[in-house]
Amino acid sequence: MRQVKDDLELVKSPVSLELLKADPIVQQEEKKDAMGTYETEHGTTVPPHIGSPRRGDFPVLQQSINDKPLVYFDNAATTQKPRAVIQRIQFYYEQENANVHRGVHTLSQRATDEYENAREKIRAFINAGDTKEIIFTRGATEAINLVAHSFGKRYVKKGDEIVISAMEHHSNIVPWQLLCEETGAKLRVIPMNRSGELGLKAYTRMLKPNTRLVAVTHVSNALGTINPVAEIIEQAHRKGIPVLIDGAQSIPHMPINVRELACDFFVFSGHKMYGPTGIGVLYGRAELLEEMPPYQGGGDMIRSVTFEKTSFGPLPYKFEAGTPNIAGVVGLAAAIDYLSRIGMERIAAHEKSLLEYASEKLLQLEGLSIFGTAKNKAAVISFLFDDIHPHDIGTILDQEGIAIRTGHHCAQPVMDFYCVPATARASFGLYNSREEIDRLVQALKKTREVFV
Amino acid sequence: MTSDLKQLYQEVILDHNKNPRNFGKIPSPTHKAEGYNPLCGDRYTVYLQVEDGKIVNVGFDGAGCAISKSSASLMTSCLKGSTLAEAEQTFNNFHRMLTEEIQPEELPGKLCKIVALQGVKAFPTRIKCATLVWHTMKSALDGKAAAATTE
Repeated sequence: MRQVKDDLELVKSPVSLELLKADPIVQQEEKKDAMGTYETEHGTTVPPHIGSPRRGDFPVLQQSINDKPLVYFDNAATTQKPRAVIQRIQFYYEQENANVHRGVHTLSQRATDEYENAREKIRAFINAGDTKEIIFTRGATEAINLVAHSFGKRYVKKGDEIVISAMEHHSNIVPWQLLCEETGAKLRVIPMNRSGELGLKAYTRMLKPNTRLVAVTHVSNALGTINPVAEIIEQAHRKGIPVLIDGAQSIPHMPINVRELACDFFVFSGHKMYGPTGIGVLYGRAELLEEMPPYQGGGDMIRSVTFEKTSFGPLPYKFEAGTPNIAGVVGLAAAIDYLSRIGMERIAAHEKSLLEYASEKLLQLEGLSIFGTAKNKAAVISFLFDDIHPHDIGTILDQEGIAIRTGHHCAQPVMDFYCVPATARASFGLYNSREEIDRLVQALKKTREVFV
Repeated sequence: MTSDLKQLYQEVILDHNKNPRNFGKIPSPTHKAEGYNPLCGDRYTVYLQVEDGKIVNVGFDGAGCAISKSSASLMTSCLKGSTLAEAEQTFNNFHRMLTEEIQPEELPGKLCKIVALQGVKAFPTRIKCATLVWHTMKSALDGKAAAATTE
């Protein structure tokens, strides 16, 4: 038992104290050795043309695609997983796997402890007030659907209104449309301008006595805009309207403090923050969650069941029917440990510098236009290049080992707004570097040569 | 540029992408269908004028990538003047060329310049780009009301 615990500690904290004290992201220049290579935490070296020393933490990035070292710029779709997360999940299945909240046996207790420790870790990471406000879901999408079903069932009726914005991902549009269809409520959409910034005056006018909920994204996945959510929340609260923030695109890139934001719901996905797929979180204020009916029924969420009547368990279990994704939860906690060791402020600063560098370099290419030029932006660049279709750009970049996203980014209304069917999108993460951006620029020059 | 990429974006393809033939609605279509790829947003309408079992005129409009547009241009060029039976055979040939281990010369009947699209085969994610307008043409001839998709 002792041995197991020690191993676990090792798996959880593979980074030496020395590395923690260093500033591997911001001060990467200083960490270059004489050969121009970077030492990673696992002792492997990364070639000098791939810059960020954090790259070595990610096994999937240690490969070549089409004979070129992989440059992964599709982080807004999903991020890669550090070795610490992969090893943590493996350790869970090798040493801890059992069902949670059930058995009296040791393994069940161990799994339950890890599952609930993870909940506490997530609470602390977003500064929620209580672990009962942290509900595990399959992802941000399911978290929004949970609120649409449960909150909707309780509070939304014919003639009511739900406010969303013009830059929502489909996952923050469709659940509300389904709810409106079911109840006869109406969907209202906060407009945006050409830079990709929301019209706050129009928003304020939209808030009426029959507005039941405001649901907006923190960061636009298609444009990168960081929305002024604190102001959006404050305006809504003045009229007593609760607010849901879709944090899927913000939580990997900046510190999140739900109590400072004062949002009522905050949702996010594990896989976009270097954690596993199939796990996500709904943070909800306890007072609201207490009043909301269960979303799904099943085991683990009940107090007592007879054929006549079932009474439901307390928060957060009321919303977690069935055996949860335990490995996903412990993997997500490992991702949070990883992010915390680096520091979210430092990640934000690194990505901001990448965004500035990439914007400048890309705009030097004649015929390249960027969609989404908000003053406050995350490291997402949507662009078109001459009249080359994004799919053709994507194929040629892939031949150069560079992975970008092309298409409508599950935000068709945003594409319609700009009257384009699709864009190319490069989105950056903590392991990306300026050298990789230089390779993107070179590859785009090649793309143009093909289409001259 | 890799040889696969050269095969994909060869001269004929780039030319038909830049100067698509038969682009635009034709005056009196007897058949028409819309094709849409929801994954990438490519959208085309194919118009055909069929008289006495022969395609006397054909055109298309819409927007998409170089592969889908050149495929539409090459397809319409090839089909103009074909009988419906020949069109069916060309459709099957095109499909087999991209999905089977077969050389174009082994295929029966007309292929015209659409052989240029053979390079798409090396890019599995792009095959749907090439086949979209073909499915659209087929559903126009079959008189299917619903929009064609590549799914």
